Amino acid sequence: MSDNSSGSAVAERGLEGADQTVASFDESDVGLVRRLQGFLHRFPTSIPFFVLLLGVLIFSIAAPGKFFAPFNFSLVLQQVTIIAILGVAQTLVILTAGIDLSVGAIMILCSVVMGRTAVAYGVPVEIAFPLGLIAGMACGLVNGLIVTLLRLPPFIVTLGTWSIFGALNTWYSRSETIRQQDVEDHAPFLQWTGTIVKPYDFFSKTLGLDWTFLKGWVLTYGSVVMLVLALVVWYVLNKTAFGRHVYATGDDPDAARLAGISTTKTLIGVYTFAGFICAIAAWVLIGRIGGVSPQAGQTANLDSITAVVIGGTSLFGGRGSIIGTLIGALIVGVFRNGLALSGLELLWQDFAVGVLIIVAVTIDQWIRKLST
Amino acid sequence: MLKKLLLAGAIVALSAVPVLADETIGLITKTETNPFFVKMREGAQAKAKELGITLITAAGKYDGDNDGQVAAIENLIAAGAKGFAIVPSDSKAIVPTIKKARDAGLMVIVLDTPLDPMDAATATFATDNRKAGMLIGQWAKGTLGDKAKDAKIVLLDLATNQPTVDYLRDQGFMAGFGIDVMDPNKIGDETDARICDHEISQGDQEKGRTAMENALQKCPDVNVVYTINEPAAAGAWEALKAVGKDDGSVMIVSVDGGCPGVKNVEAGVIGATSQQYPLKMAAMALEAIHSGKIPEIDPKMGFLDTGAQLVTSKPVDGVTSISVEEGLKLCWG
Repeated sequence: MSDNSSGSAVAERGLEGADQTVASFDESDVGLVRRLQGFLHRFPTSIPFFVLLLGVLIFSIAAPGKFFAPFNFSLVLQQVTIIAILGVAQTLVILTAGIDLSVGAIMILCSVVMGRTAVAYGVPVEIAFPLGLIAGMACGLVNGLIVTLLRLPPFIVTLGTWSIFGALNTWYSRSETIRQQDVEDHAPFLQWTGTIVKPYDFFSKTLGLDWTFLKGWVLTYGSVVMLVLALVVWYVLNKTAFGRHVYATGDDPDAARLAGISTTKTLIGVYTFAGFICAIAAWVLIGRIGGVSPQAGQTANLDSITAVVIGGTSLFGGRGSIIGTLIGALIVGVFRNGLALSGLELLWQDFAVGVLIIVAVTIDQWIRKLST
Repeated sequence: MLKKLLLAGAIVALSAVPVLADETIGLITKTETNPFFVKMREGAQAKAKELGITLITAAGKYDGDNDGQVAAIENLIAAGAKGFAIVPSDSKAIVPTIKKARDAGLMVIVLDTPLDPMDAATATFATDNRKAGMLIGQWAKGTLGDKAKDAKIVLLDLATNQPTVDYLRDQGFMAGFGIDVMDPNKIGDETDARICDHEISQGDQEKGRTAMENALQKCPDVNVVYTINEPAAAGAWEALKAVGKDDGSVMIVSVDGGCPGVKNVEAGVIGATSQQYPLKMAAMALEAIHSGKIPEIDPKMGFLDTGAQLVTSKPVDGVTSISVEEGLKLCWG
């Protein structure tokens, strides 16, 4: 006994003067690069934000007098609205480490359901519009059920439903366009998202504020819908239990299950919610083109993924944000608009967007190294 | 009793199976979804019923899907078809497969988009797209009168890779308007000061609007807009409306002649459009394959022109046109 105690005393004595810290990360000789990596890990939207600023700066110089103007900025905002909304839906799915290739097809199908029931069948818009929303949720629910019950990879499932929803769209629409005038006569509510709002007039008339910096801005209610929707989804993701479950499910589904989260319910919820958002995008699409075109938005699913990826949301799930996606959509919009105004051909716009995607994923991978 | 029921059931089931006619003819389009091809298929179906033949239809998955069309041709050869009509997605790459089909004794009629070389097919029935463009160009010039010499023109084209239909319509329009087109098979090498901007619309309503918005930033005083098709025209109109240019200060011309497009001519959205006839093309092709007789083809053209007519409510002297009412009777989609 005594030997033991004296032994431990010797051991303790042997530790005298040694570092008493139990365990910690060595941060004293961290290089600048490593610090940047850590900063980006904590604020994943900072890179897209700087890219956006850089884009604005470049094109202000490249297309003088045309690009840097409130009216042009509002155009870019209008041009990216649909993709940004689909991007919000896509973000939800990608946060769960999934992917939804069917968002564009769901959007077009919903726009046809809204337009066709209201115009061709004369159903009141009070019924036709909710029918479109229900159609969107039903499509999302189908995706969610197949992913969870059959345990198939989301990529495969939505590759299949992309084709299925597309075929339903062709069948139901008979490939016929509904003209702007017909929608206006039967269901003007469907075009409401295309209504122009001038923020300056709004604030000066209703609140009597003379905010001159708002002069020249021309928005549509579609952009307002986009912002409200993004705010709602941001709230859901950051302030509700469901939101935490979404992140947890995407980051590590096994850990999430052990923590008592029903990943099945979370996934079904996410896909259904995404389908609902696609239906909202359908409404905004009708507002933008005036009518209903079953051929519109053929590449919308890929564009939405582009916005999410450039916006810094990880394709591997669990990390990313709605704000990032909005910025991602704006980056694509700014580059396309800026390059077009600078007089470059469309192929160079595609080139630039392609480079942005690869850079974004490279940065994501690099930041990931810190957490593994 | 049970036996009788089963027997009756079997007879009903058997009679429900469509009796395959002796003669099978195929129709292969570029895609399933484009209303132009949807109507073409409907025209063929009606004709097949009338002639009492079996029609097999197929399509590529997307515009440019050559592999899908190759598979469809192979299936038709295997099915022992008498022949088929095809709208080639890739007018060069499909040629060897067409040759294989013709060697197997099938009659091949190419619709809408001629092959390269054109004589690889038994015959070609198509719209003269250059002429279709020429008609709207002449109409625009005639309508503007003296103002045509300082027009500000925006052209909403189809795609970056300039497929045949794209440059034929675009250059046809320019030639009709009196612009020196330089290379007649190339878009973008013109030096005429009246051309303000070329944009890509992908023939889509939403992208058409975006293209017009960008064009307006470059040419705020545009007064003539050429569009590759009527969906692009409808999109351009939305962009013009948003900035208050729907007051008649900007003239839009287009090509296709679909029913929504013709109605847009009636509504004053589109000034004039060149109408094409997909149903007629398909019906004529089926008839030719069925009878084995090809109508006489002008050797100079090399293909049977199924015609394009200008639809407008404001006719111009010297440019043949039909009224909106007539256009609506002939429209498709």
